[in-house]
Amino acid sequence: MRRIWSDPRLRSVVTASVTLGLATGVFAVSFGVLAVSAGASMAQTCVMSLLVFTGASQLSAVSVIGAGGSAGSALGGALLLAARNGVYGLTMAGRMRGRLATRLVAAHVTIDESTAMSSAQEDPEAQRIAFWITGIGIYVFWNIGTLVGALAGDAIDPEKYGLDGAFPAAFVAMLWPLLRTRRGRLAAVLGAVISLATIPFVPLGVPLLCATLAIAVGIPAEPPDAAERAP
Amino acid sequence: MTWALVLALAAGAYAFKVLGLVVIGERKLPATLARCIALIPAALFAALVVKDTFSVGRHLQIDARAAGVAAAAVAASRKLPLALVIVIGAAVTAGVRALR
Repeated sequence: MRRIWSDPRLRSVVTASVTLGLATGVFAVSFGVLAVSAGASMAQTCVMSLLVFTGASQLSAVSVIGAGGSAGSALGGALLLAARNGVYGLTMAGRMRGRLATRLVAAHVTIDESTAMSSAQEDPEAQRIAFWITGIGIYVFWNIGTLVGALAGDAIDPEKYGLDGAFPAAFVAMLWPLLRTRRGRLAAVLGAVISLATIPFVPLGVPLLCATLAIAVGIPAEPPDAAERAP
Repeated sequence: MTWALVLALAAGAYAFKVLGLVVIGERKLPATLARCIALIPAALFAALVVKDTFSVGRHLQIDARAAGVAAAAVAASRKLPLALVIVIGAAVTAGVRALR
């Protein structure tokens, strides 16, 4: 652990993780407020952040339930979003060899940020350290933020403060960086169109599951010239 | 929101993480499957934006939320932090609603 302080690159990892953690904590406050406004209890909101610990899935489930969707469709959409953490796990597997118990703990903090921060490092030890610092740091901030938000949420009138506008704003912000690639844009447009076309006709929450069909744009092999370029 | 949903989501989300990190581990996924899984967030976030902006139950309508999302999209395109984008979306939605 002493290496963290003597190695300037690892010190920068700690700084970046704390910054990322604070930003995530603010997002967590909004999650807490929105979850309570959508009808979750304070305990449910906090347990979600402790045990589910993947923001997009949590927000998606809360959004479907808040709109009156069934538990099944809320769960389906949220789990589809959670599947990407499995892919991050594949990325991390080569870097996290060791005891099973350690890997089972590591799995819980395998999320966007910890995987990305680890992948930004060059040597294996730095990759491991960056993963743990970021994962644990975000876990702490995410849960403190959720608690603060859930406490505040009780005192806020959702319509008056535009909280119904906060949900789609959060999803727009998470969507934006994914529009860099051509396939990402295609999947997004198709997902939006499917959602719009099915909302009036199928049960609440189900349009989300239908929209997943848009991932079929990933089936054709990539052209040799790699069309995945920034616009 | 029910406890059953909270716990099922917790179990499912953890199962995916363990599946990747521990069970499949260093074996590789078929390229097509990997490409499709990578596109799930784009498809679902877009569908969630549409749902949360234009629907009330199964009814489609345009209201103050559309202004909030438009402002949020501009903020996101300027690479503002996620939390700030959320606050801007909520504030513009509330503002437009108060004006009408």
